Amino acid sequence: MSEPWDPSKPILEIENLSISFFTRLREIPAVMDFSCTVMAGEAMGLVGESGCGKSTVALAVMRDLGKNGRITGGSIRFKGRDLTRMGEEELRHLRGSEMAMIYQEPMASLNPAMKIGAQLAEVPMIHRGMAKDEAWKLARQIVADVRLPDPDRILNAYPHQLSGGQQQRIVIAMALMSKPALLILDEPTTALDVTVEAGIVDLVKDLGEKYGTSMLFISHNLGLVLDVCDRLCVMYSGEAVETGNVEEVFDKMRHPYTQALFRSIPLPGADKNARPLVAIPGNFPLPHERPRGCNFGPRCSYFVEGRCNAQDIPMVDVADAHRHESRCLRITEIDWSAPPAVARTAEKAEIGRVVLKLEDLKKYYSVGTSAFGGGMKKVVKANETLTFEAREGETLAIVGESGCGKSTFAKVLMGLETATSGKIMLFDENVQSTPIQMRGTDTISKLQMVFQNPFDTLNPSSTVGRQIIRALEIFKFGDSDAERHARMLELLDLVKLPRAFADRMPRQLSGGQKQRVGIARAFAGGAKVVVADEPVSALDVSVQAAVTDLLMDIQRKNKTTLLFISHDLSIVRYLSDRVMVMYLGHVVEMGTTDQVFSPPYHPYTEALLSAVPIADTRVQRNRIVLEGDIPSAVNPPPGCPFQTRCRWKSQVAGGLCDREVPPVRTLEGGHQIKCHLPDDVLASMEPVIKIAAE
Amino acid sequence: MLMFVLRRIGVMILTAFALTFVVFYMTNLPPNLEKLAKSEASVRMEDDAVISWLAENGYSSPVLQRYGEWLGVVPGWTRTDETGKITGRCIKAGTDPATAPGYCGVLQGDWGFSTVFKQPVSEVLARSLGATGWLMFWVMAVMVPTSLLLGVLSGMREGSRTDRVLSTFAITTTATPEYVSGVILIALLASATAGISPILNEAGWISGKTLFPGTATSAMDDITFMNFFLPVMTIALYGIGYIARMTRASMTEVMTQQYIRTARLKGVGFRQVVMRHALRNALIAPFTVIMLQFPWLLNGVVIVETLFNYKGFGWTLVQAAGNNDINTLLACSVVAVFVVLVTQLISDIGYVFLNPRIRLA
Repeated sequence: MSEPWDPSKPILEIENLSISFFTRLREIPAVMDFSCTVMAGEAMGLVGESGCGKSTVALAVMRDLGKNGRITGGSIRFKGRDLTRMGEEELRHLRGSEMAMIYQEPMASLNPAMKIGAQLAEVPMIHRGMAKDEAWKLARQIVADVRLPDPDRILNAYPHQLSGGQQQRIVIAMALMSKPALLILDEPTTALDVTVEAGIVDLVKDLGEKYGTSMLFISHNLGLVLDVCDRLCVMYSGEAVETGNVEEVFDKMRHPYTQALFRSIPLPGADKNARPLVAIPGNFPLPHERPRGCNFGPRCSYFVEGRCNAQDIPMVDVADAHRHESRCLRITEIDWSAPPAVARTAEKAEIGRVVLKLEDLKKYYSVGTSAFGGGMKKVVKANETLTFEAREGETLAIVGESGCGKSTFAKVLMGLETATSGKIMLFDENVQSTPIQMRGTDTISKLQMVFQNPFDTLNPSSTVGRQIIRALEIFKFGDSDAERHARMLELLDLVKLPRAFADRMPRQLSGGQKQRVGIARAFAGGAKVVVADEPVSALDVSVQAAVTDLLMDIQRKNKTTLLFISHDLSIVRYLSDRVMVMYLGHVVEMGTTDQVFSPPYHPYTEALLSAVPIADTRVQRNRIVLEGDIPSAVNPPPGCPFQTRCRWKSQVAGGLCDREVPPVRTLEGGHQIKCHLPDDVLASMEPVIKIAAE
Repeated sequence: MLMFVLRRIGVMILTAFALTFVVFYMTNLPPNLEKLAKSEASVRMEDDAVISWLAENGYSSPVLQRYGEWLGVVPGWTRTDETGKITGRCIKAGTDPATAPGYCGVLQGDWGFSTVFKQPVSEVLARSLGATGWLMFWVMAVMVPTSLLLGVLSGMREGSRTDRVLSTFAITTTATPEYVSGVILIALLASATAGISPILNEAGWISGKTLFPGTATSAMDDITFMNFFLPVMTIALYGIGYIARMTRASMTEVMTQQYIRTARLKGVGFRQVVMRHALRNALIAPFTVIMLQFPWLLNGVVIVETLFNYKGFGWTLVQAAGNNDINTLLACSVVAVFVVLVTQLISDIGYVFLNPRIRLA
């Protein structure tokens, strides 16, 4: 495949591409009139919400749309050759050798019954006819290249023996085995933790530079795109709405959707009063219900009746810019620098008395280790000595990566599990060893939960209204069905859903609407303490803002205490009063939001903050990439739980970190930190996030 | 691993106890014993005579004691009659009672004497299990490769024409029980008046009256393709359909997995995708099903051996049950329990080796 090809020409040229999926009922257009160009060595970002067609474009480039998908128009030229006209055999030679893909879920993308080495070595064996031992040697070298420790062990391992981050590195290694010219990355870090994500992103960038690979980087995370890409293409409902250089699009966006998208994500660098979140009104149109004219029209605040919905809108060049295009008729008419119109400042609810108090809470699990039962019993220390208070009307955020024990804590609090030792006081009641089935109706209705995945938590065969009424029945609310029905309608009003939704089935609702139902259910009994376990992480960015605002609104009205469990530091900074950072079951830092988000940090908090990608070109981050993975809770390191990955460890004298779990220290203002670092080192810490002067 | 195997063997022994006790109790109910007495001694016995015959032959003691004797954990009964002659469970006719062992049960390797075959049960069982073993071997040899091939072929391209044709075949065969397919096969291939044999005979293509013989008795001495084809096919057809459906379901699921897409987008050809990436993963589920087929084969064997007059385990079981042969029945139930539980043990261990996630998780 070494035909003469001019490197100054684009590697990938997509022109007016249209893709449809054919079902028995109808043709569903997934992508319409999509064009983009990727030059050699360039990284192109494809951004958009779920269902906008970005993954479809990627699969179309690989020509793997499945049985129902078909390219209905346009062309995809790879190194000047039209992929849409190629036969299976020709494509097979390109796939894996000149174009390679990296997937969202590394575990599912690796064959569970094949050794890593065999899966890697297969690539050069197919494409270059390499001998087996030579291919394994190459595999070993590439595994070392993606910075995995102990390559020989990894080559002989099965995928399930590696952690998520290691698996993704293997998928990347597999894509690099034949040094492809184009790498397609489909949400490569969505399934990973932030600190692991930071490592992967660094790796991808370095490898891109080292091998000169062009990249098509698909993501819904604008901050990541800013980190990785040179150019950007924003998609909405099957169309590209804006393309251009990353800096230009970020700073001088020329499409209302791009602008709305940026306004709906919280930025850790910005103040919540100066820059409130603005949710995009309405819902994403279904592919077969797209409006005439501009797809974004019905949700756009610049919409003009009779113009925007009159004809198809073409992509036009933005004046005074380099390769910057937008699909908007009113580019020149809109004042793009005007600040968001909404300036609704809500009074912060008064923080009242202590409603929830935890003292030395511990939760240990014992697990068997052998496949056939028996074997050694091991103890997983999911929560270690949690001590804190939450007050009325307060938002306490619990932050940490997967496996840090935040969900276990929620389960213990709710009574789904009972604590191993310690105390939980809810109002004046001791609930730590009362499982939920033994708790009184009153306690249960006071302490409720909003779940992470709204798609699975509603009963699919019962109407929305029925499910809320059922909750009211359980909480013994009201005396008659009529009363409960009336209350149910009030609850729908509370979560800003139309009353007609009472008769709908959950499948007729979008993700954001389902989450609203989940919130209505949680507040049905007048909950005083609500545990929100990643309530918005399964939702699209434009919906996240609306759901977050709703939670805050209800909190203000009911003076609810909100325990907000999240791994998303941006949203935590935006809405919480106090923050608690957890690592391997330990609370490593706790304090007010300002205390936690500014130095002195706990070393883990510092790394966590620096790992979060921020979609703002003015923000400068001090990047700290953590080495290795989170240790297993079954086998935690001795001494300080974070000592295996801590970059400050050398500053503590006498190897104290290896031996002793640090005590909780209280700094000024009640800021708690669990670290051995001496005061002067803590004081010398620099802020991780700096906003450059304009 | 060792603990697991030991535990499974423990379960197996417990189950064998429970099952044999149930069979023992049922076959030793008073009406059944009366029938036994009448068939062994004289059909026109008076009730008194029956009772005394039962007492003489050790059937009057409590059920539990007799069960213990059968097991060999309770000493066999002995009885001295008026003439001073000592008879007993463990005393064979014509031997000196003084030298006879005190215990004679299953644990001592004495399975008793078959009343139908007039032979020790162990001999009957050895002969019939040997015969059935050959039948099962050929059934498995035909069934497993055929069904896996059919399943993989139809599962690798779901909804294709190959898939539909093969699925129709599989559903038809698995919906036809052995006693129907056996009769159909005989009528079609082994009848002098119906099916294709008369046509072939007239055309001079075959020398005999029928294409295949309608019985498999001759296979007891010498297995040939001709005399074994029909019984093997009758049992195998049912299983082929069943396992092929399972394999197909497993294969279609595997083919939609992301790692198959990964392989495809690595540039692996379709053949290699199926052979290297899909097959091993797709065979994990059918493996259990195939192992479950062994006990099911025992069932099919009863019908087919009777139908084709092949004197194996199934035929023996039918004969024993029909003629009230308690010892043979008990032995057959022990064998059945062991076949079922041993295959389950093999399937669990094999599963672990096929699926690396379980082995090391």
